[in-house]
Amino acid sequence: MKKKDITISWFLLGFLTLITAYIFIFPMLWGISTSLKSEVEFLDVENWGIIPNDITFEHFIYMFKKSSMMTWYVNSMMTSLGVTFLVIIISMPCGYALSQIQFTGKNFIFVCVVLSIMVPGTALVIALFIFVAELRLINTWTGIILPQVISPVCVIVYKQFFDQVPKELREASLIDGASEFQILLRVYMPLNWGITAALALVTFIGAWNNFFWPFIMTTKTEMYTITAGMSQVDENWGVRNAYMMAVAMAASLPVVLAYIIFQRRITQAIMLTSGIKG
Amino acid sequence: MNSNLQSNLTAWVLIFPFVFFFTVFLVYPFAYTVVHSFTDSPLIGWGNWVGLENYQKILKDKLFGKSIYQTFIFVAWTVIPNTVIGLLIAMMIHRIQSTIYAAIILGCFFIPHILPVTVVTDIWGSMTSNDLGIIQWIVKMFQDDPIPFFRHKVWAMPSVALITVWWTVGFNVLLFLAGLKMINPEIYEASDIDGANKWHKFRFITWPLIWPITALVLTLQLIFQLKIFDQMFLLTGGGPYNKTMVVLYHVYKQSFMMNKGGYASAIALLIFLFIIFVSVANYYMLRAVDLDKQR
Repeated sequence: MKKKDITISWFLLGFLTLITAYIFIFPMLWGISTSLKSEVEFLDVENWGIIPNDITFEHFIYMFKKSSMMTWYVNSMMTSLGVTFLVIIISMPCGYALSQIQFTGKNFIFVCVVLSIMVPGTALVIALFIFVAELRLINTWTGIILPQVISPVCVIVYKQFFDQVPKELREASLIDGASEFQILLRVYMPLNWGITAALALVTFIGAWNNFFWPFIMTTKTEMYTITAGMSQVDENWGVRNAYMMAVAMAASLPVVLAYIIFQRRITQAIMLTSGIKG
Repeated sequence: MNSNLQSNLTAWVLIFPFVFFFTVFLVYPFAYTVVHSFTDSPLIGWGNWVGLENYQKILKDKLFGKSIYQTFIFVAWTVIPNTVIGLLIAMMIHRIQSTIYAAIILGCFFIPHILPVTVVTDIWGSMTSNDLGIIQWIVKMFQDDPIPFFRHKVWAMPSVALITVWWTVGFNVLLFLAGLKMINPEIYEASDIDGANKWHKFRFITWPLIWPITALVLTLQLIFQLKIFDQMFLLTGGGPYNKTMVVLYHVYKQSFMMNKGGYASAIALLIFLFIIFVSVANYYMLRAVDLDKQR
């Protein structure tokens, strides 16, 4: 009797899991499906199916040949890669110094870093906007990138990681006559490729997905990033739903692919950045 | 002495890039916002010093009060469901034995979380569009007219909240899943011997042991959802009748649309202080509860 009970509830729970998962992923599947339909098929509500009757890539071809999408894609890619690269090369040395070297002002800097995690970026957006405008960086990649390069969380994750490396490693290198820079580059950096990869991935995803900053920062169509640009042309497209979905799917492709390929690294990064040892 | 000076120098070279950008893009804008909030400046440029006038205006600003109230409504609609649903889904995934199957199911819940906000609002905007949206078919089973979810004075707020839960719950699932994996399975085995049923196991083992994660999720969610802006901006525009006007949207309107830079800075600063207050209070409160549990 007891065993049978378990199998039924086991089966029901498994079924429930599947249904819930399907409900959650459905909007995404719906988006993919719609992006592969012609506008005519999309309007034909009566014969709707999750698998298109005629799969067409016309929207994607149009998007990359005739629209501004290609430019927006390049803008997104360059600014996101720029942010990622700068976040890593700025945070790693800072985390290293905070972890390994005794220096005047160390505690003060560390407290500032920890406190700044709480700063809501949105509250500073007006001041940042004015500042970047004064620097004449509106409508430039630099303007989009620079305010995003401070990542206190990355600094703290690096510091915590370097704290765990045995002290002997650094001392031995110092006796061998290596400078701090050489130790960081040749000893510590090769030790933490995993963490660097994980942090780089989430930083890239965050920068790619950033909407509000690139949105208020850019006034020229050719300077939009894809996330900002999408919101601008919605109205002009009117009823072109299928095309709109194709744009949305193209805009999510890099981040979704990154997740599917690097699922474990991204999970690790989220654990690290939220303060759980993963 | 010499080596001390040298290590100071090296350290400062290593931290300089961070400190530089930190000062330029965080400390400076913060100081600017503080000063700006005591003036009647437009969005760009400086106005006259008006002292505390902006802050007095906030007290009388009815829309500000409304936007604060609605921000809390939004927080209530999102934070609790997000935490509860996150834990339930994590428990569902945790019992899956096959690693690949678990990864696929986890992917179904997590992929929405990594989508750009514009994609999220586009998908849901399309799915709920009046004539063609697939969600409207369900509505049509119950009534003849479609519901314009984001332009409806009752539906707009819960609709945006629902989409936000869909978008952000994956993150919580991941944290809870990590927490569940940390619980030693021997504890459950021991409770089997004592004849514990499933509810007992959840109530007396899972729940107390996962509490630190729950506290973390609640804190992160609260801070994150208080900053609601993008979805309102893209889906409802604060409408209808300011029914979805949230506090950061109010700031946006005052500054970028009404050109009241000084006043908007004052509101922004209050939000900033409030979020810090919530973070700190939350931290201590949850820690206190945590200690009570362990006693």
